[in-house]
Amino acid sequence: MTVVGIIFSNIHDKNVPELTHHRTMASVPFGSRYRLIDFTLSNMVNSGINHVGVITHYNYQSLMDHLGSGKDWDLARRAGGIQILPPYITAFANPQNFLYTTRLEALKNIMSFITGCTEDYVVLSDCDVICNIDLVELIENHISTGADATLMVKSMYLTPNGAGDMVTVESDGDGRLIAISEYSAPAGGYADICTNIWVINRRFLESFVSEAIAYNYNSFVKDVVRKNAPVKNFRVYRHGGYFATINSMQAYYMCNMDLLDETVRKNLFGVSGRPVLTKVRNSPPAVYSDSARVTSSLIADGCVINGAVENSVVFRGVSVGKNSVIKNSILMQDTIIGENVTLNAVITDKNAVIRDGRTLSGHETHPFYIGKYIQI
Amino acid sequence: MAKKKECVAMLLAGGQGSRLRLLTEKTAKPAVTFGGKYKIIDFPLSNCINSGIDTVGVLTQYQPLMLNEYIGNGKPWDLDRSFGGIVVLPPYQGAHRADWYSGTANAIYQNLRFIKRYSPEYVLILSGDHIYKMDYRAMLSFHKKSGAGCTIAVIEVSPEETERFGIMSARKDGRIYKFEEKPKNSSSTTASMGVYIFSAGLLMKYLEDDEQNASSDNDFGKNIIPDMLKNGEKLFAYPFGGYWKDVGTVQSLWESNMDLLGERPKFDLNDRSWRIYSRNYADPPHYMGENAYVVNSLINEGCEIFGRVENSVLSSGVKVEKGGFVCDSVIMSDVTIGRNAAVNYSIIDFGTNVGEGAMIGRPKEISKGITLVGGELCIPPFAIIPDDVSAGEEYINETLLAKECGQ
Repeated sequence: MTVVGIIFSNIHDKNVPELTHHRTMASVPFGSRYRLIDFTLSNMVNSGINHVGVITHYNYQSLMDHLGSGKDWDLARRAGGIQILPPYITAFANPQNFLYTTRLEALKNIMSFITGCTEDYVVLSDCDVICNIDLVELIENHISTGADATLMVKSMYLTPNGAGDMVTVESDGDGRLIAISEYSAPAGGYADICTNIWVINRRFLESFVSEAIAYNYNSFVKDVVRKNAPVKNFRVYRHGGYFATINSMQAYYMCNMDLLDETVRKNLFGVSGRPVLTKVRNSPPAVYSDSARVTSSLIADGCVINGAVENSVVFRGVSVGKNSVIKNSILMQDTIIGENVTLNAVITDKNAVIRDGRTLSGHETHPFYIGKYIQI
Repeated sequence: MAKKKECVAMLLAGGQGSRLRLLTEKTAKPAVTFGGKYKIIDFPLSNCINSGIDTVGVLTQYQPLMLNEYIGNGKPWDLDRSFGGIVVLPPYQGAHRADWYSGTANAIYQNLRFIKRYSPEYVLILSGDHIYKMDYRAMLSFHKKSGAGCTIAVIEVSPEETERFGIMSARKDGRIYKFEEKPKNSSSTTASMGVYIFSAGLLMKYLEDDEQNASSDNDFGKNIIPDMLKNGEKLFAYPFGGYWKDVGTVQSLWESNMDLLGERPKFDLNDRSWRIYSRNYADPPHYMGENAYVVNSLINEGCEIFGRVENSVLSSGVKVEKGGFVCDSVIMSDVTIGRNAAVNYSIIDFGTNVGEGAMIGRPKEISKGITLVGGELCIPPFAIIPDDVSAGEEYINETLLAKECGQ
């Protein structure tokens, strides 16, 4: 059994436009020291997948900086390893000179990568899937059921309000996939959510992508799943552990706050043999001064804490001045907080500066976002 | 023309460091954890790369497993090079004889072939047991300017400390006229830092001569330097003004860790102009629980704190459970401090599990000395380990468990 991974790094960029203004969804900072792509990349590496293609589209400088040679995931390999797949644009005018917008178009663009692989199976994954899963189980299930394609789903309770944002999946009692509905009826209750993690036989992937090129199909759900599910063996596989995806700024905020929950942390970071790998930065240990008061928070290395931090997620190299009170906030890498600052439900992007004496507050349902390099 | 390196560094990392007692039972001194996420060897290695020296031979001998694993291909220090880089040099079996390194000079002598491959003009000799930030480039240009055959970096120590160091007397221009190895009473307080720059040809000559002398200890401090002085070679002292600490004893290791704390730490790890590099692992960020109280401390990734931590240095993956208390202590990686356990004025080595309600050490003000607890031990619940002891496996089995059985 050999498997190659493919990650879509720009998918869902539009869900959090503030965060993806300067970067891809894949390189959105998350959980004190990670970028979103770390989760799916670690899942692949921990499941023995050593060949990963990362499809990029635009703004992928920060992603390339993060991935480097792939060394930190043990993916700097002679055979396999990590491969960045930028948009394929030639200098000559031809019909291929357009930037793809959909998942299927992205796959059409990397047809030469897909045909060049020798692996039997392909794992397709989005970059904003926050989970720690053993893909081996998923792949073995895929093989033993003789499926052509298997979609991982997660059973979730949907409120009538929230249902509209979710892509739901219908399957029969045997686990055969029946339909994917992108805008489900706002009924509420338990439903299987599409995680966008697929295992597909590579030959089958090759055949439907070349078909898509030939007939100019461009929707994965409409042109691939809906056409093939009734005639091919499309299956679902339920994931039991923690799973979250970022479909709005609020979801981004809530997912970060989820990490303050012990069960979630255990589920993501406490699985033995399956660490979440990330680019290591050479930061010194976090420094707590005499006036530091930190509770219920995640703090990364390289921070210098002189004030009070409560219920917050703090990234590397952040400094918090004396008599400042930070509550329910997310402070990204190298944010500088002066003295006597009060923050509540604020998200500061990298290198933001909050000067002495400022008071800022958002609300948990609508966190206040401060952009990269902004000084207040 | 063959490629050359101007200066090659040789790092002596084979010492046992027996004065660190339990901490060096399973590992060499340079691989002892310092400041939470560093090993002692990170300091000379980071100094090398920050000084533009990219060829480093590391001489290992005693318990090298952890050290070898840690150094790996030298990537964390950017020392993974195709020409130069870091090379671990263990003792080896030669065609005519096989020898352990009999002394610091012999270790270098046995690896002259490594040095010769780079045809350097200068050789920098370092040791793996000091905490300091130093620009070797400045020392090298001093060496060149003074036309010395050997330059020794020196620092002023207090008169009581002279018996731990090589002490030298130098003229105003820095030329050394007297060298004493670990003297009890000395007129000078200028101590060698264990950092030498030799002109390569001269070093080779003296090493070869020293090998011919059967009664020699093959040691730089005891033999090579005195011999050079006797023969009238130009030896210069290079004064160093920054922070420098020999962490060869439990007490000095503890003190040096404490020097990282405070508003203006004596030794600043957060210095972006002179970074200290180390091998980092992908641990999750550390978590502060609801009732956590942490002041004046260094905390590393992977820690989970639910209790109180004061004036302490915690390595990665340390867990302090509810009601647990750590004060004036150095805790190595993956130690668990159980519920309501108290740790005062102690050093606890990696992987040890301190049971619920156990008491380790005594508050610093009333303690007779640092309590040292070995690695990978299980301290039973409610056990008491007093001040000024080294608690290894035997101590736990004989003293603590015996007491329990007796009850």
